[in-house]
Amino acid sequence: MYVLIAGGGKIGANLARNLLRDGHGHEVTLIEQRRDRYDRLEREFEHQVVMGDATEIHVLERAGIARPPDVVVAVTGDDEDNLIICQLAREKYGVGKVVARVNDPRNQAHFDLLGISATVSATASIMALIEHEVPEHDLIHLLELRKENLEIVEVQIDKNAPAAGKRVEKLRLPEGSRLISITRNGKSEIAIGSTELQPGDQVLAILQPGKEDELRRVLLKS
Amino acid sequence: MKALVIGCGRVGSNVALQLAEEGWEVTGVDEKEEALTRLGENWRGGFVLGHGMDVDVLREAGIEDADAVVVATNGDNTNLVVAQVAMKRFDNQCVVVRILDPARADFYRTLGLRTISPTKTAISELLDAARACEVAPPRDPVSTP
Repeated sequence: MYVLIAGGGKIGANLARNLLRDGHGHEVTLIEQRRDRYDRLEREFEHQVVMGDATEIHVLERAGIARPPDVVVAVTGDDEDNLIICQLAREKYGVGKVVARVNDPRNQAHFDLLGISATVSATASIMALIEHEVPEHDLIHLLELRKENLEIVEVQIDKNAPAAGKRVEKLRLPEGSRLISITRNGKSEIAIGSTELQPGDQVLAILQPGKEDELRRVLLKS
Repeated sequence: MKALVIGCGRVGSNVALQLAEEGWEVTGVDEKEEALTRLGENWRGGFVLGHGMDVDVLREAGIEDADAVVVATNGDNTNLVVAQVAMKRFDNQCVVVRILDPARADFYRTLGLRTISPTKTAISELLDAARACEVAPPRDPVSTP
Protein backbone atom coordinates (compact mmCIF):
# COMPACT_ATOMS: atom_id res chain seq x y z
CA MET A 1 0.00 0.00 0.00
CA TYR A 2 1.23 3.50 -0.81
CA VAL A 3 0.52 6.02 1.94
CA LEU A 4 1.14 9.74 1.68
CA ILE A 5 1.41 11.50 5.03
CA ALA A 6 1.19 15.29 5.26
CA GLY A 7 2.70 16.63 8.45
CA GLY A 8 5.85 15.26 10.06
CA GLY A 9 5.13 15.99 13.69
CA LYS A 10 4.82 13.28 16.30
CA ILE A 11 1.74 11.73 14.75
CA GLY A 12 3.01 11.78 11.18
CA ALA A 13 6.46 10.47 12.07
CA ASN A 14 5.08 7.67 14.22
CA LEU A 15 2.61 6.69 11.53
CA ALA A 16 5.42 6.48 9.00
CA ARG A 17 7.55 4.46 11.39
CA ASN A 18 4.74 1.99 12.01
CA LEU A 19 3.82 1.62 8.36
CA LEU A 20 7.44 1.03 7.43
CA ARG A 21 8.12 -1.50 10.16
CA ASP A 22 9.44 -4.81 8.80
CA GLY A 23 6.85 -7.03 7.28
CA HIS A 24 4.19 -4.47 6.53
CA GLY A 25 5.68 -3.83 3.12
CA HIS A 26 4.08 -0.40 2.78
CA GLU A 27 5.48 2.48 0.85
CA VAL A 28 5.38 5.84 2.58
CA THR A 29 6.10 9.44 1.68
CA LEU A 30 6.11 12.05 4.39
CA ILE A 31 5.75 15.78 3.73
CA GLU A 32 7.14 18.27 6.23
CA GLN A 33 7.35 22.02 5.93
CA ARG A 34 9.62 23.01 8.81
CA ARG A 35 13.32 22.87 8.03
CA ASP A 36 14.45 21.62 11.47
CA ARG A 37 11.90 18.85 11.50
CA TYR A 38 12.64 17.93 7.92
CA ASP A 39 16.35 17.56 8.67
CA ARG A 40 15.64 15.26 11.58
CA LEU A 41 13.12 13.19 9.61
CA GLU A 42 15.40 12.98 6.61
CA ARG A 43 18.10 11.35 8.73
CA GLU A 44 15.66 8.65 9.69
CA PHE A 45 13.48 8.23 6.59
CA GLU A 46 15.95 9.45 3.94
CA HIS A 47 14.39 9.87 0.49
CA GLN A 48 10.94 9.13 1.86
CA VAL A 49 10.60 12.69 3.17
CA VAL A 50 9.71 15.64 0.98
CA MET A 51 10.16 19.18 2.21
CA GLY A 52 7.43 21.71 1.53
CA ASP A 53 3.94 22.96 2.21
CA ALA A 54 1.62 20.01 1.63
CA THR A 55 -1.23 22.30 0.60
CA GLU A 56 0.77 23.38 -2.45
CA ILE A 57 -0.07 21.38 -5.52
CA HIS A 58 3.52 21.15 -6.79
CA VAL A 59 4.68 19.81 -3.42
CA LEU A 60 1.94 17.19 -3.42
CA GLU A 61 2.90 16.22 -6.94
CA ARG A 62 6.55 15.94 -6.02
CA ALA A 63 5.45 13.58 -3.25
CA GLY A 64 3.63 11.39 -5.77
CA ILE A 65 -0.01 12.36 -5.32
CA ALA A 66 -0.74 11.83 -8.99
CA ARG A 67 -0.02 8.10 -8.85
CA PRO A 68 -2.35 8.27 -6.72
CA PRO A 69 -1.65 6.91 -3.23
CA ASP A 70 -4.02 4.37 -1.68
CA VAL A 71 -4.40 6.60 1.35
CA VAL A 72 -3.62 10.23 2.09
CA VAL A 73 -3.29 11.12 5.75
CA ALA A 74 -3.37 14.80 6.74
CA VAL A 75 -2.04 15.26 10.26
CA THR A 76 -0.64 18.78 10.37
CA GLY A 77 -1.40 21.05 13.31
CA ASP A 78 -3.72 23.23 11.18
CA ASP A 79 -7.24 22.08 10.51
CA GLU A 80 -7.70 24.27 7.46
CA ASP A 81 -4.56 22.75 5.94
CA ASN A 82 -5.71 19.21 6.72
CA LEU A 83 -9.06 19.94 5.11
CA ILE A 84 -7.59 21.38 1.94
CA ILE A 85 -5.02 18.56 1.63
CA CYS A 86 -7.81 15.97 1.85
CA GLN A 87 -10.00 17.88 -0.56
CA LEU A 88 -7.22 18.27 -3.14
CA ALA A 89 -6.30 14.59 -2.78
CA ARG A 90 -9.83 13.42 -3.32
CA GLU A 91 -11.27 15.92 -5.76
CA LYS A 92 -8.22 16.66 -7.88
CA TYR A 93 -6.34 13.38 -7.81
CA GLY A 94 -9.07 10.84 -7.12
CA VAL A 95 -7.47 9.43 -3.98
CA GLY A 96 -9.91 6.85 -2.66
CA LYS A 97 -9.22 7.14 1.02
CA VAL A 98 -8.35 10.26 2.99
CA VAL A 99 -7.90 10.54 6.73
CA ALA A 100 -7.66 13.84 8.60
CA ARG A 101 -6.66 14.96 12.03
CA VAL A 102 -8.99 17.47 13.65
CA ASN A 103 -7.03 19.65 16.08
CA ASP A 104 -9.87 21.85 17.28
CA PRO A 105 -13.09 19.84 17.77
CA ARG A 106 -15.08 22.94 16.86
CA ASN A 107 -13.85 22.45 13.30
CA GLN A 108 -15.38 18.98 13.04
CA ALA A 109 -18.47 20.45 11.39
CA HIS A 110 -16.34 21.84 8.55
CA PHE A 111 -14.88 18.39 7.85
CA ASP A 112 -18.38 16.90 7.86
CA LEU A 113 -19.64 19.65 5.58
CA LEU A 114 -16.91 19.02 3.02
CA GLY A 115 -17.38 15.27 3.13
CA ILE A 116 -14.13 14.35 4.88
CA SER A 117 -15.66 11.60 6.97
CA ALA A 118 -12.59 9.80 8.30
CA THR A 119 -11.41 12.16 10.99
CA VAL A 120 -9.54 11.68 14.23
CA SER A 121 -9.61 14.18 17.05
CA ALA A 122 -7.46 13.56 20.10
CA THR A 123 -9.44 16.09 22.13
CA ALA A 124 -12.77 14.52 21.27
CA SER A 125 -11.43 11.01 21.97
CA ILE A 126 -10.02 11.99 25.34
CA MET A 127 -13.26 13.75 26.21
CA ALA A 128 -15.15 10.56 25.41
CA LEU A 129 -12.78 8.58 27.63
CA ILE A 130 -13.16 11.04 30.48
CA GLU A 131 -16.92 10.75 30.19
CA HIS A 132 -16.61 7.00 30.13
CA GLU A 133 -14.58 7.03 33.36
CA VAL A 134 -16.51 9.76 35.11
CA PRO A 135 -20.02 9.61 33.70
CA GLU A 136 -21.75 12.92 34.04
CA HIS A 137 -24.53 12.01 31.73
CA ASP A 138 -26.56 8.86 31.69
CA LEU A 139 -25.75 8.19 28.04
CA ILE A 140 -22.14 8.28 26.93
CA HIS A 141 -21.00 8.55 23.34
CA LEU A 142 -18.19 6.09 22.82
CA LEU A 143 -17.70 6.05 19.09
CA GLU A 144 -19.07 7.88 16.12
CA LEU A 145 -19.14 5.98 12.83
CA ARG A 146 -19.53 9.00 10.64
CA LYS A 147 -19.47 7.26 7.32
CA GLU A 148 -22.08 4.74 8.42
CA ASN A 149 -24.12 7.43 10.19
CA LEU A 150 -24.21 5.32 13.34
CA GLU A 151 -22.90 5.76 16.83
CA ILE A 152 -22.10 3.53 19.74
CA VAL A 153 -23.22 4.64 23.20
CA GLU A 154 -23.03 3.27 26.68
CA VAL A 155 -25.72 3.44 29.34
CA GLN A 156 -25.87 2.18 32.87
CA ILE A 157 -29.07 0.54 34.07
CA ASP A 158 -29.98 1.63 37.59
CA LYS A 159 -32.53 -0.08 39.78
CA ASN A 160 -35.35 2.31 38.93
CA ALA A 161 -34.77 2.05 35.21
CA PRO A 162 -37.76 0.78 33.23
CA ALA A 163 -35.52 -1.75 31.50
CA ALA A 164 -34.25 -3.32 34.73
CA GLY A 165 -35.46 -6.90 35.05
CA LYS A 166 -36.65 -7.04 31.43
CA ARG A 167 -35.43 -9.22 28.63
CA VAL A 168 -34.01 -7.51 25.58
CA GLU A 169 -36.74 -8.92 23.32
CA LYS A 170 -39.37 -7.30 25.53
CA LEU A 171 -37.91 -3.83 25.19
CA ARG A 172 -39.50 -1.49 22.72
CA LEU A 173 -36.24 -0.22 21.34
CA PRO A 174 -36.50 2.65 18.90
CA GLU A 175 -36.23 1.81 15.24
CA GLY A 176 -32.63 2.17 14.12
CA SER A 177 -31.13 0.99 17.39
CA ARG A 178 -29.83 -2.30 18.79
CA LEU A 179 -28.21 -3.38 22.01
CA ILE A 180 -24.74 -4.80 21.48
CA SER A 181 -23.54 -6.09 24.81
CA ILE A 182 -24.09 -6.21 28.56
CA THR A 183 -21.26 -5.87 31.06
CA ARG A 184 -22.00 -7.18 34.54
CA ASN A 185 -19.44 -7.55 37.33
CA GLY A 186 -16.63 -7.00 34.84
CA LYS A 187 -17.81 -9.70 32.44
CA SER A 188 -19.33 -8.91 29.08
CA GLU A 189 -21.65 -10.85 26.85
CA ILE A 190 -23.36 -10.14 23.57
CA ALA A 191 -26.93 -8.97 24.05
CA ILE A 192 -29.46 -11.38 22.55
CA GLY A 193 -33.23 -11.51 22.84
CA SER A 194 -33.23 -13.60 25.98
CA THR A 195 -30.62 -11.51 27.82
CA GLU A 196 -32.16 -10.01 30.93
CA LEU A 197 -31.08 -6.55 31.98
CA GLN A 198 -30.27 -6.07 35.64
CA PRO A 199 -29.54 -3.01 37.77
CA GLY A 200 -25.88 -2.10 37.52
CA ASP A 201 -25.50 -3.46 33.98
CA GLN A 202 -23.46 -1.43 31.55
CA VAL A 203 -25.07 -1.67 28.15
CA LEU A 204 -23.54 -0.85 24.80
CA ALA A 205 -25.93 0.14 22.06
CA ILE A 206 -25.58 1.07 18.42
CA LEU A 207 -27.98 3.61 16.99
CA GLN A 208 -28.58 6.29 14.42
CA PRO A 209 -27.68 9.77 15.66
CA GLY A 210 -30.77 11.51 16.98
CA LYS A 211 -32.31 8.40 18.51
CA GLU A 212 -30.62 8.96 21.88
CA ASP A 213 -33.66 10.39 23.62
CA GLU A 214 -35.92 7.55 22.52
CA LEU A 215 -33.35 5.00 23.64
CA ARG A 216 -32.92 6.81 26.94
CA ARG A 217 -36.69 6.67 27.52
CA VAL A 218 -36.85 2.95 26.91
CA LEU A 219 -33.83 2.01 28.97
CA LEU A 220 -33.44 4.64 31.65
CA LYS A 221 -36.57 6.53 32.53
CA SER A 222 -40.25 5.97 32.01
CA MET B 1 -27.38 45.43 0.39
CA LYS B 2 -25.37 43.74 3.10
CA ALA B 3 -21.78 42.62 2.78
CA LEU B 4 -19.53 40.66 5.06
CA VAL B 5 -15.78 41.13 4.76
CA ILE B 6 -13.81 38.39 6.48
CA GLY B 7 -10.20 39.38 7.02
CA CYS B 8 -9.68 43.12 7.24
CA GLY B 9 -6.02 43.47 6.37
CA ARG B 10 -4.74 45.75 3.64
CA VAL B 11 -7.03 44.22 1.04
CA GLY B 12 -10.12 43.43 3.08
CA SER B 13 -10.25 46.78 4.86
CA ASN B 14 -10.15 48.66 1.57
CA VAL B 15 -12.86 46.48 0.08
CA ALA B 16 -14.96 47.13 3.20
CA LEU B 17 -14.38 50.89 3.06
CA GLN B 18 -15.14 51.09 -0.64
CA LEU B 19 -18.35 49.06 -0.35
CA ALA B 20 -19.47 51.19 2.60
CA GLU B 21 -18.76 54.30 0.53
CA GLU B 22 -21.00 52.90 -2.18
CA GLY B 23 -23.83 52.54 0.31
CA TRP B 24 -23.51 48.93 1.38
CA GLU B 25 -24.14 47.87 4.94
CA VAL B 26 -20.77 46.28 5.74
CA THR B 27 -19.59 44.16 8.65
CA GLY B 28 -15.91 43.34 9.01
CA VAL B 29 -14.52 40.26 10.71
CA ASP B 30 -10.94 39.96 11.88
CA GLU B 31 -9.16 38.12 14.65
CA LYS B 32 -7.04 41.15 15.43
CA GLU B 33 -8.41 44.30 16.98
CA GLU B 34 -5.87 46.38 15.05
CA ALA B 35 -7.99 45.74 12.00
CA LEU B 36 -10.38 48.36 13.30
CA THR B 37 -7.71 51.01 13.00
CA ARG B 38 -7.38 50.11 9.32
CA LEU B 39 -11.09 50.76 8.90
CA GLY B 40 -10.51 54.18 10.46
CA GLU B 41 -12.15 56.34 13.07
CA ASN B 42 -15.13 57.10 10.90
CA TRP B 43 -16.05 53.47 10.35
CA ARG B 44 -19.79 53.16 10.72
CA GLY B 45 -20.14 49.56 9.70
CA GLY B 46 -20.12 46.57 11.98
CA PHE B 47 -17.10 44.75 13.25
CA VAL B 48 -16.83 41.33 14.88
CA LEU B 49 -13.63 40.24 16.56
CA GLY B 50 -12.98 36.57 15.90
CA HIS B 51 -11.82 33.89 13.49
CA GLY B 52 -13.59 33.25 10.21
CA MET B 53 -13.60 29.49 10.82
CA ASP B 54 -15.79 30.06 13.89
CA VAL B 55 -19.42 29.73 12.78
CA ASP B 56 -20.63 31.64 15.83
CA VAL B 57 -18.53 34.59 14.70
CA LEU B 58 -19.91 34.30 11.17
CA ARG B 59 -23.47 34.21 12.49
CA GLU B 60 -22.87 37.19 14.74
CA ALA B 61 -21.52 39.07 11.75
CA GLY B 62 -24.74 38.33 9.89
CA ILE B 63 -23.65 35.76 7.33
CA GLU B 64 -27.16 34.35 7.18
CA ASP B 65 -28.58 37.40 5.45
CA ALA B 66 -25.52 38.82 3.72
CA ASP B 67 -25.90 39.55 0.01
CA ALA B 68 -22.17 39.25 -0.57
CA VAL B 69 -19.33 37.65 1.35
CA VAL B 70 -15.74 38.68 0.69
CA VAL B 71 -13.12 36.34 2.14
CA ALA B 72 -9.67 37.88 2.32
CA THR B 73 -7.70 36.70 5.35
CA ASN B 74 -3.98 36.18 4.91
CA GLY B 75 -4.33 32.38 4.79
CA ASP B 76 -5.28 30.71 1.50
CA ASN B 77 -6.50 27.54 3.18
CA THR B 78 -8.49 29.43 5.78
CA ASN B 79 -10.09 31.39 2.95
CA LEU B 80 -10.93 28.23 1.02
CA VAL B 81 -12.60 26.66 4.03
CA VAL B 82 -14.48 29.81 5.08
CA ALA B 83 -15.71 30.39 1.52
CA GLN B 84 -17.02 26.85 1.27
CA VAL B 85 -18.71 27.14 4.66
CA ALA B 86 -20.39 30.37 3.50
CA MET B 87 -21.57 28.71 0.28
CA LYS B 88 -22.51 25.25 1.46
CA ARG B 89 -23.57 25.73 5.05
CA PHE B 90 -25.08 29.19 4.89
CA ASP B 91 -26.20 28.90 1.29
CA ASN B 92 -24.67 32.21 0.30
CA GLN B 93 -24.86 32.73 -3.44
CA CYS B 94 -22.27 35.47 -3.77
CA VAL B 95 -18.98 34.53 -2.17
CA VAL B 96 -15.72 35.93 -3.49
CA VAL B 97 -12.45 34.67 -2.12
CA ARG B 98 -8.86 35.81 -2.39
CA ILE B 99 -6.36 33.01 -3.03
CA LEU B 100 -2.74 34.03 -3.45
CA ASP B 101 -1.60 30.68 -4.85
CA PRO B 102 -2.61 30.61 -8.53
CA ALA B 103 -2.70 26.78 -8.61
CA ARG B 104 -5.19 26.49 -5.78
CA ALA B 105 -7.16 29.45 -7.14
CA ASP B 106 -7.51 27.68 -10.50
CA PHE B 107 -8.47 24.35 -9.03
CA TYR B 108 -11.07 25.68 -6.61
CA ARG B 109 -12.55 27.71 -9.43
CA THR B 110 -13.34 24.41 -11.12
CA LEU B 111 -15.16 23.41 -7.93
CA GLY B 112 -17.40 26.45 -8.27
CA LEU B 113 -15.70 29.02 -6.02
CA ARG B 114 -15.24 32.57 -7.23
CA THR B 115 -11.54 32.78 -6.57
CA ILE B 116 -9.50 35.91 -7.18
CA SER B 117 -5.75 35.51 -7.33
CA PRO B 118 -3.82 38.77 -6.91
CA THR B 119 -0.66 36.85 -7.70
CA LYS B 120 -2.01 35.96 -11.12
CA THR B 121 -3.07 39.54 -11.72
CA ALA B 122 0.39 40.75 -10.73
CA ILE B 123 2.08 38.24 -13.01
CA SER B 124 0.00 39.18 -16.01
CA GLU B 125 0.29 42.92 -15.40
CA LEU B 126 4.03 42.71 -14.94
CA LEU B 127 4.29 40.65 -18.10
CA ASP B 128 2.19 43.10 -20.08
CA ALA B 129 4.16 46.05 -18.76
CA ALA B 130 7.49 44.41 -19.49
CA ARG B 131 6.39 43.47 -23.01
CA ALA B 132 5.21 47.00 -23.70
CA CYS B 133 8.20 48.44 -21.88
CA GLU B 134 5.91 50.71 -19.92
CA VAL B 135 7.85 50.41 -16.73
CA ALA B 136 9.77 53.62 -16.24
CA PRO B 137 13.46 53.09 -15.48
CA PRO B 138 14.33 53.68 -11.84
CA ARG B 139 15.52 57.16 -11.04
CA ASP B 140 18.49 57.96 -8.92
CA PRO B 141 17.44 58.38 -5.32
CA VAL B 142 17.10 62.03 -4.51
CA SER B 143 19.79 62.97 -2.07
CA THR B 144 18.59 65.00 0.83
CA PRO B 145 20.91 67.53 2.35
